Amino acid sequence: MKNIAKTAVAALLLSVPASAFADADDDKLVINGETEIVTKTTAPAHLDGALSEVISGWHFRDDGTQAMEMDDFDNPGMIFVDQAVESWAKVDGAAEKSCASCHDGPESMAGVRAVYPKWNEAAGEVRTLEMQINDCRTSNMEAEEWKYTGGDMTNMAALISLQSRGLPMNVAIDGGAQSVWEQGKDLYYTRTGQLDLSCANCHEDNYGNMIRADHLSQGQTNGFPVYRLKNAKLNSVHARFKGCVRDTRAETYSPGSPEFVALELYVASRGNGLSVEAPSVRN
Amino acid sequence: MAEGVKPRVKAPKSASAGEAVTIKTLISHQMESGQRKNKDGSVIPRSIINRFTCEFNGKPVIEVAMEAAISTNPYFEFEAVIPEAGDMVFTWYDDDGSVYTETKSIAVG
Repeated sequence: MKNIAKTAVAALLLSVPASAFADADDDKLVINGETEIVTKTTAPAHLDGALSEVISGWHFRDDGTQAMEMDDFDNPGMIFVDQAVESWAKVDGAAEKSCASCHDGPESMAGVRAVYPKWNEAAGEVRTLEMQINDCRTSNMEAEEWKYTGGDMTNMAALISLQSRGLPMNVAIDGGAQSVWEQGKDLYYTRTGQLDLSCANCHEDNYGNMIRADHLSQGQTNGFPVYRLKNAKLNSVHARFKGCVRDTRAETYSPGSPEFVALELYVASRGNGLSVEAPSVRN
Repeated sequence: MAEGVKPRVKAPKSASAGEAVTIKTLISHQMESGQRKNKDGSVIPRSIINRFTCEFNGKPVIEVAMEAAISTNPYFEFEAVIPEAGDMVFTWYDDDGSVYTETKSIAVG
Protein backbone atom coordinates (compact mmCIF):
# COMPACT_ATOMS: atom_id res chain seq x y z
CA MET A 1 0.00 0.00 0.00
CA LYS A 2 2.76 2.38 1.03
CA ASN A 3 4.66 1.55 -2.13
CA ILE A 4 1.66 2.34 -4.28
CA ALA A 5 1.34 5.74 -2.60
CA LYS A 6 5.02 6.45 -3.26
CA THR A 7 4.65 5.57 -6.92
CA ALA A 8 1.68 7.89 -7.23
CA VAL A 9 3.67 10.78 -5.74
CA ALA A 10 6.59 10.08 -8.06
CA ALA A 11 4.30 10.08 -11.07
CA LEU A 12 2.85 13.39 -9.95
CA LEU A 13 6.31 14.93 -9.55
CA LEU A 14 7.35 13.71 -12.99
CA SER A 15 4.34 15.32 -14.58
CA VAL A 16 5.14 18.77 -13.18
CA PRO A 17 8.11 19.74 -15.38
CA ALA A 18 6.21 18.69 -18.50
CA SER A 19 3.26 20.94 -17.75
CA ALA A 20 5.59 23.82 -16.84
CA PHE A 21 6.97 23.59 -20.38
CA ALA A 22 3.62 23.62 -22.14
CA ASP A 23 2.90 26.43 -24.57
CA ALA A 24 4.95 29.47 -25.40
CA ASP A 25 5.98 31.74 -22.54
CA ASP A 26 5.00 35.40 -22.20
CA ASP A 27 8.47 37.00 -22.09
CA LYS A 28 9.18 40.07 -24.15
CA LEU A 29 12.09 40.31 -26.58
CA VAL A 30 13.96 43.61 -26.72
CA ILE A 31 17.42 43.47 -28.26
CA ASN A 32 20.20 45.69 -26.88
CA GLY A 33 17.55 47.45 -24.80
CA GLU A 34 16.28 49.28 -27.90
CA THR A 35 15.01 47.08 -30.75
CA GLU A 36 11.56 45.75 -29.88
CA ILE A 37 10.81 42.49 -31.64
CA VAL A 38 7.29 41.34 -32.46
CA THR A 39 7.38 37.69 -31.39
CA LYS A 40 3.64 37.03 -31.26
CA THR A 41 1.04 38.39 -33.60
CA THR A 42 -2.22 37.58 -35.33
CA ALA A 43 -1.75 34.95 -38.01
CA PRO A 44 -1.85 36.10 -41.64
CA ALA A 45 -5.19 35.63 -43.44
CA HIS A 46 -4.08 32.57 -45.43
CA LEU A 47 -3.67 30.62 -42.18
CA ASP A 48 -7.37 30.96 -41.41
CA GLY A 49 -8.50 27.75 -39.78
CA ALA A 50 -4.95 26.51 -39.18
CA LEU A 51 -3.41 28.94 -36.68
CA SER A 52 -4.86 32.00 -34.95
CA GLU A 53 -1.55 33.35 -33.62
CA VAL A 54 1.96 33.09 -35.00
CA ILE A 55 4.74 32.78 -32.44
CA SER A 56 8.50 33.14 -32.80
CA GLY A 57 10.62 30.15 -31.80
CA TRP A 58 12.24 32.43 -29.19
CA HIS A 59 9.28 31.82 -26.87
CA PHE A 60 9.90 28.09 -26.82
CA ARG A 61 13.47 28.31 -25.54
CA ASP A 62 14.54 28.54 -21.89
CA ASP A 63 15.42 31.81 -20.20
CA GLY A 64 19.17 31.34 -20.57
CA THR A 65 18.99 30.83 -24.33
CA GLN A 66 16.50 33.67 -24.64
CA ALA A 67 18.86 36.03 -22.81
CA MET A 68 21.70 35.32 -25.25
CA GLU A 69 19.65 36.90 -28.00
CA MET A 70 18.77 40.01 -26.01
CA ASP A 71 22.26 41.51 -26.23
CA ASP A 72 24.46 41.47 -29.30
CA PHE A 73 27.56 40.97 -27.18
CA ASP A 74 26.09 37.79 -25.71
CA ASN A 75 24.81 36.55 -29.07
CA PRO A 76 27.48 34.22 -30.51
CA GLY A 77 25.88 34.62 -33.95
CA MET A 78 27.34 38.13 -34.10
CA ILE A 79 30.86 36.68 -34.39
CA PHE A 80 29.80 35.21 -37.74
CA VAL A 81 28.14 38.44 -38.78
CA ASP A 82 31.49 40.16 -38.15
CA GLN A 83 33.15 37.66 -40.49
CA ALA A 84 30.61 38.58 -43.16
CA VAL A 85 31.40 42.28 -42.67
CA GLU A 86 34.94 41.43 -43.76
CA SER A 87 33.83 39.43 -46.79
CA TRP A 88 31.38 42.22 -47.74
CA ALA A 89 34.38 44.43 -48.48
CA LYS A 90 36.60 41.69 -49.93
CA VAL A 91 37.20 41.88 -53.68
CA ASP A 92 36.62 38.53 -55.38
CA GLY A 93 36.26 37.31 -58.97
CA ALA A 94 37.34 38.44 -62.43
CA ALA A 95 35.36 41.69 -62.29
CA GLU A 96 37.44 42.71 -59.25
CA LYS A 97 34.44 43.79 -57.28
CA SER A 98 33.26 43.30 -53.73
CA CYS A 99 29.70 43.65 -52.41
CA ALA A 100 30.70 47.15 -51.31
CA SER A 101 31.63 48.19 -54.89
CA CYS A 102 27.95 48.34 -55.87
CA HIS A 103 26.00 48.36 -52.63
CA ASP A 104 28.11 50.66 -50.40
CA GLY A 105 27.65 49.57 -46.77
CA PRO A 106 25.59 46.60 -45.57
CA GLU A 107 23.03 49.17 -44.28
CA SER A 108 21.86 49.49 -47.90
CA MET A 109 20.32 46.03 -47.47
CA ALA A 110 17.74 47.29 -44.94
CA GLY A 111 14.32 45.80 -45.65
CA VAL A 112 15.61 43.09 -48.00
CA ARG A 113 15.35 40.11 -45.66
CA ALA A 114 11.75 40.92 -44.74
CA VAL A 115 10.47 40.30 -48.30
CA TYR A 116 12.55 37.22 -49.21
CA PRO A 117 12.02 34.69 -50.77
CA LYS A 118 10.80 36.94 -53.56
CA TRP A 119 9.51 36.55 -57.11
CA ASN A 120 12.08 37.71 -59.65
CA GLU A 121 10.26 38.82 -62.79
CA ALA A 122 13.34 38.92 -65.04
CA ALA A 123 14.48 35.43 -64.09
CA GLY A 124 10.94 34.05 -63.88
CA GLU A 125 11.57 32.32 -60.56
CA VAL A 126 11.24 32.73 -56.82
CA ARG A 127 14.61 33.58 -55.35
CA THR A 128 15.90 33.12 -51.84
CA LEU A 129 18.47 35.45 -50.33
CA GLU A 130 21.11 32.80 -50.98
CA MET A 131 20.17 32.51 -54.67
CA GLN A 132 20.33 36.28 -55.02
CA ILE A 133 23.76 36.40 -53.37
CA ASN A 134 25.06 33.72 -55.73
CA ASP A 135 23.53 35.49 -58.73
CA CYS A 136 25.36 38.64 -57.70
CA ARG A 137 28.59 36.69 -57.28
CA THR A 138 28.43 35.01 -60.70
CA SER A 139 26.84 37.75 -62.84
CA ASN A 140 28.28 40.90 -61.32
CA MET A 141 31.46 39.83 -59.56
CA GLU A 142 32.28 36.99 -61.97
CA ALA A 143 33.31 35.00 -58.94
CA GLU A 144 32.68 31.39 -57.96
CA GLU A 145 29.33 30.48 -56.45
CA TRP A 146 29.24 29.89 -52.74
CA LYS A 147 27.97 26.55 -51.45
CA TYR A 148 24.28 27.03 -50.64
CA THR A 149 24.58 26.22 -46.94
CA GLY A 150 28.30 27.00 -46.58
CA GLY A 151 29.71 29.24 -43.88
CA ASP A 152 30.48 32.20 -46.17
CA MET A 153 26.95 32.11 -47.56
CA THR A 154 25.11 31.74 -44.28
CA ASN A 155 27.21 34.42 -42.59
CA MET A 156 26.50 36.83 -45.46
CA ALA A 157 22.78 36.04 -45.29
CA ALA A 158 22.94 36.85 -41.58
CA LEU A 159 24.65 40.18 -42.19
CA ILE A 160 22.00 41.13 -44.76
CA SER A 161 19.19 39.90 -42.49
CA LEU A 162 20.53 41.88 -39.55
CA GLN A 163 19.90 45.10 -41.47
CA SER A 164 16.16 44.31 -41.39
CA ARG A 165 16.02 43.27 -37.73
CA GLY A 166 12.80 44.49 -36.14
CA LEU A 167 10.97 44.95 -39.46
CA PRO A 168 7.89 42.78 -40.01
CA MET A 169 8.20 39.76 -42.30
CA ASN A 170 6.17 40.50 -45.41
CA VAL A 171 6.76 38.02 -48.23
CA ALA A 172 4.46 38.32 -51.25
CA ILE A 173 2.53 35.18 -52.17
CA ASP A 174 0.54 36.51 -55.12
CA GLY A 175 1.50 37.18 -58.73
CA GLY A 176 4.28 35.02 -60.09
CA ALA A 177 5.03 33.61 -56.65
CA GLN A 178 1.59 32.07 -56.23
CA SER A 179 2.14 28.73 -57.94
CA VAL A 180 5.43 28.25 -56.07
CA TRP A 181 3.66 29.13 -52.84
CA GLU A 182 0.98 26.49 -53.57
CA GLN A 183 3.74 23.93 -54.17
CA GLY A 184 5.32 24.88 -50.86
CA LYS A 185 1.99 24.53 -49.09
CA ASP A 186 1.55 21.04 -50.56
CA LEU A 187 5.01 20.05 -49.32
CA TYR A 188 4.23 21.45 -45.86
CA TYR A 189 1.23 19.16 -45.50
CA THR A 190 2.78 16.10 -47.19
CA ARG A 191 3.84 13.32 -44.85
CA THR A 192 7.34 11.97 -45.51
CA GLY A 193 9.67 9.28 -44.27
CA GLN A 194 9.32 6.11 -42.25
CA LEU A 195 7.85 8.16 -39.41
CA ASP A 196 5.23 9.47 -41.81
CA LEU A 197 5.33 13.05 -40.55
CA SER A 198 4.52 16.28 -42.34
CA CYS A 199 5.80 19.69 -41.20
CA ALA A 200 2.27 20.38 -39.93
CA ASN A 201 2.14 17.31 -37.68
CA CYS A 202 4.78 18.81 -35.41
CA HIS A 203 4.75 22.54 -36.06
CA GLU A 204 1.05 23.19 -36.50
CA ASP A 205 -0.70 20.42 -34.54
CA ASN A 206 1.78 20.04 -31.70
CA TYR A 207 3.75 23.22 -31.15
CA GLY A 208 4.21 23.84 -27.44
CA ASN A 209 4.33 20.10 -26.72
CA MET A 210 7.51 18.19 -25.99
CA ILE A 211 9.08 15.97 -28.65
CA ARG A 212 11.26 13.82 -26.42
CA ALA A 213 13.46 16.39 -24.63
CA ASP A 214 12.76 19.27 -26.98
CA HIS A 215 10.04 21.88 -26.95
CA LEU A 216 8.32 22.07 -30.34
CA SER A 217 8.00 25.53 -31.89
CA GLN A 218 5.90 26.62 -34.83
CA GLY A 219 8.96 26.29 -37.06
CA GLN A 220 8.98 29.96 -38.02
CA THR A 221 11.84 31.22 -40.19
CA ASN A 222 11.92 34.87 -39.06
CA GLY A 223 15.01 34.20 -36.90
CA PHE A 224 17.14 32.62 -39.65
CA PRO A 225 20.06 32.34 -40.07
CA VAL A 226 20.06 31.00 -36.54
CA TYR A 227 22.96 30.34 -34.19
CA ARG A 228 22.43 26.88 -32.75
CA LEU A 229 24.06 25.88 -29.48
CA LYS A 230 24.27 22.29 -30.74
CA ASN A 231 26.69 23.06 -33.57
CA ALA A 232 28.06 26.49 -32.57
CA LYS A 233 27.55 28.14 -35.94
CA LEU A 234 24.93 29.90 -38.01
CA ASN A 235 22.43 27.61 -39.73
CA SER A 236 20.46 28.44 -42.84
CA VAL A 237 16.78 27.69 -43.48
CA HIS A 238 17.52 24.92 -45.98
CA ALA A 239 20.04 23.25 -43.67
CA ARG A 240 17.32 23.17 -41.02
CA PHE A 241 14.73 21.83 -43.47
CA LYS A 242 17.15 19.10 -44.41
CA GLY A 243 17.66 18.17 -40.76
CA CYS A 244 13.93 18.16 -40.11
CA VAL A 245 13.07 16.00 -43.14
CA ARG A 246 15.94 13.66 -42.30
CA ASP A 247 14.48 13.25 -38.82
CA THR A 248 11.28 11.90 -40.36
CA ARG A 249 13.63 9.24 -41.79
CA ALA A 250 13.08 10.36 -45.36
CA GLU A 251 15.47 11.04 -48.20
CA THR A 252 15.70 14.82 -48.16
CA TYR A 253 15.58 17.36 -50.95
CA SER A 254 18.87 19.18 -51.50
CA PRO A 255 19.49 22.63 -50.05
CA GLY A 256 18.82 25.11 -52.84
CA SER A 257 16.46 22.73 -54.66
CA PRO A 258 13.20 24.09 -56.14
CA GLU A 259 11.25 22.06 -53.54
CA PHE A 260 13.02 23.68 -50.60
CA VAL A 261 12.73 27.13 -52.21
CA ALA A 262 8.97 26.61 -52.47
CA LEU A 263 8.80 25.35 -48.90
CA GLU A 264 10.86 28.31 -47.68
CA LEU A 265 8.48 30.74 -49.37
CA TYR A 266 5.46 29.03 -47.82
CA VAL A 267 6.95 28.78 -44.32
CA ALA A 268 8.13 32.41 -44.50
CA SER A 269 4.59 33.47 -45.42
CA ARG A 270 3.28 31.70 -42.32
CA GLY A 271 5.43 34.13 -40.30
CA ASN A 272 4.25 37.30 -42.04
CA GLY A 273 3.88 39.91 -39.31
CA LEU A 274 6.63 38.57 -37.03
CA SER A 275 9.76 40.72 -36.84
CA VAL A 276 12.93 39.67 -38.60
CA GLU A 277 15.01 38.40 -35.68
CA ALA A 278 18.22 37.20 -37.32
CA PRO A 279 20.69 36.16 -36.14
CA SER A 280 18.63 34.42 -33.46
CA VAL A 281 19.87 31.95 -30.85
CA ARG A 282 18.28 28.53 -30.46
CA ASN A 283 19.13 25.09 -29.07
CA MET B 1 49.02 31.45 -37.58
CA ALA B 2 45.62 31.61 -35.96
CA GLU B 3 43.12 33.20 -38.29
CA GLY B 4 40.06 35.31 -37.63
CA VAL B 5 41.15 36.33 -34.15
CA LYS B 6 39.27 39.35 -32.90
CA PRO B 7 39.06 40.55 -29.30
CA ARG B 8 35.88 42.22 -28.07
CA VAL B 9 35.12 43.93 -24.78
CA LYS B 10 31.94 45.39 -23.36
CA ALA B 11 32.55 47.78 -20.48
CA PRO B 12 30.60 50.82 -19.29
CA LYS B 13 31.95 54.23 -20.36
CA SER B 14 31.50 55.63 -16.87
CA ALA B 15 30.94 54.45 -13.31
CA SER B 16 30.67 56.02 -9.85
CA ALA B 17 33.77 55.74 -7.65
CA GLY B 18 33.82 52.41 -5.84
CA GLU B 19 31.12 50.92 -8.03
CA ALA B 20 31.37 47.29 -9.12
CA VAL B 21 30.79 47.16 -12.87
CA THR B 22 30.26 44.15 -15.10
CA ILE B 23 32.85 43.54 -17.78
CA LYS B 24 32.25 41.14 -20.65
CA THR B 25 35.05 39.92 -22.90
CA LEU B 26 35.20 37.56 -25.84
CA ILE B 27 37.94 36.67 -28.25
CA SER B 28 37.08 34.81 -31.43
CA HIS B 29 39.63 32.01 -31.68
CA GLN B 30 39.57 28.44 -32.95
CA MET B 31 41.08 27.01 -29.72
CA GLU B 32 42.51 23.93 -31.42
CA SER B 33 43.08 21.50 -28.56
CA GLY B 34 46.01 19.50 -29.93
CA GLN B 35 44.05 16.32 -29.26
CA ARG B 36 42.47 16.02 -32.69
CA LYS B 37 43.84 14.33 -35.77
CA ASN B 38 43.40 15.27 -39.40
CA LYS B 39 42.41 12.93 -42.23
CA ASP B 40 45.96 11.61 -42.59
CA GLY B 41 46.02 10.62 -38.94
CA SER B 42 48.57 13.19 -37.88
CA VAL B 43 47.92 15.42 -34.89
CA ILE B 44 46.64 18.93 -35.54
CA PRO B 45 49.01 21.08 -33.49
CA ARG B 46 47.62 22.82 -30.43
CA SER B 47 46.76 26.46 -31.00
CA ILE B 48 44.94 28.15 -28.15
CA ILE B 49 44.82 31.36 -26.17
CA ASN B 50 46.73 30.27 -23.06
CA ARG B 51 46.51 33.37 -20.87
CA PHE B 52 44.15 36.27 -20.36
CA THR B 53 44.78 39.26 -18.15
CA CYS B 54 42.99 42.46 -17.24
CA GLU B 55 44.65 45.46 -15.59
CA PHE B 56 43.21 48.74 -14.43
CA ASN B 57 45.69 51.66 -14.31
CA GLY B 58 48.51 49.12 -14.11
CA LYS B 59 46.98 47.15 -11.23
CA PRO B 60 45.92 43.55 -11.88
CA VAL B 61 42.17 42.86 -11.93
CA ILE B 62 42.08 39.29 -13.13
CA GLU B 63 44.47 36.76 -14.62
CA VAL B 64 43.41 33.49 -16.17
CA ALA B 65 45.58 30.55 -17.22
CA MET B 66 43.78 28.65 -19.94
CA GLU B 67 44.17 25.03 -20.96
CA ALA B 68 43.38 22.98 -24.02
CA ALA B 69 39.87 21.91 -22.97
CA ILE B 70 38.47 25.44 -23.25
CA SER B 71 35.94 25.86 -26.04
CA THR B 72 36.22 27.97 -29.14
CA ASN B 73 35.71 31.76 -28.76
CA PRO B 74 36.48 32.01 -25.02
CA TYR B 75 34.15 34.35 -23.13
CA PHE B 76 34.81 35.85 -19.72
CA GLU B 77 32.44 37.93 -17.67
CA PHE B 78 33.47 39.39 -14.33
CA GLU B 79 32.88 42.32 -12.00
CA ALA B 80 35.49 44.94 -11.22
CA VAL B 81 35.41 47.74 -8.65
CA ILE B 82 36.30 51.08 -10.23
CA PRO B 83 38.10 53.25 -7.65
CA GLU B 84 39.04 56.09 -10.02
CA ALA B 85 38.90 57.08 -13.67
CA GLY B 86 41.34 55.25 -15.88
CA ASP B 87 42.10 52.71 -18.54
CA MET B 88 41.27 49.05 -18.41
CA VAL B 89 43.67 47.01 -20.49
CA PHE B 90 42.77 43.51 -21.64
CA THR B 91 45.45 41.17 -22.99
CA TRP B 92 45.19 37.75 -24.59
CA TYR B 93 48.29 35.58 -25.20
CA ASP B 94 48.26 33.14 -28.12
CA ASP B 95 50.26 29.89 -28.33
CA ASP B 96 51.89 31.22 -31.49
CA GLY B 97 53.34 34.18 -29.59
CA SER B 98 50.77 36.72 -30.76
CA VAL B 99 49.46 39.13 -28.15
CA TYR B 100 46.12 40.83 -28.60
CA THR B 101 45.17 43.86 -26.54
CA GLU B 102 42.13 46.01 -26.13
CA THR B 103 41.77 49.14 -23.98
CA LYS B 104 38.63 50.68 -22.53
CA SER B 105 38.61 54.05 -20.77
CA ILE B 106 36.21 54.34 -17.87
CA ALA B 107 35.30 57.78 -16.51
CA VAL B 108 34.20 58.39 -12.94
CA GLY B 109 31.33 60.75 -12.32
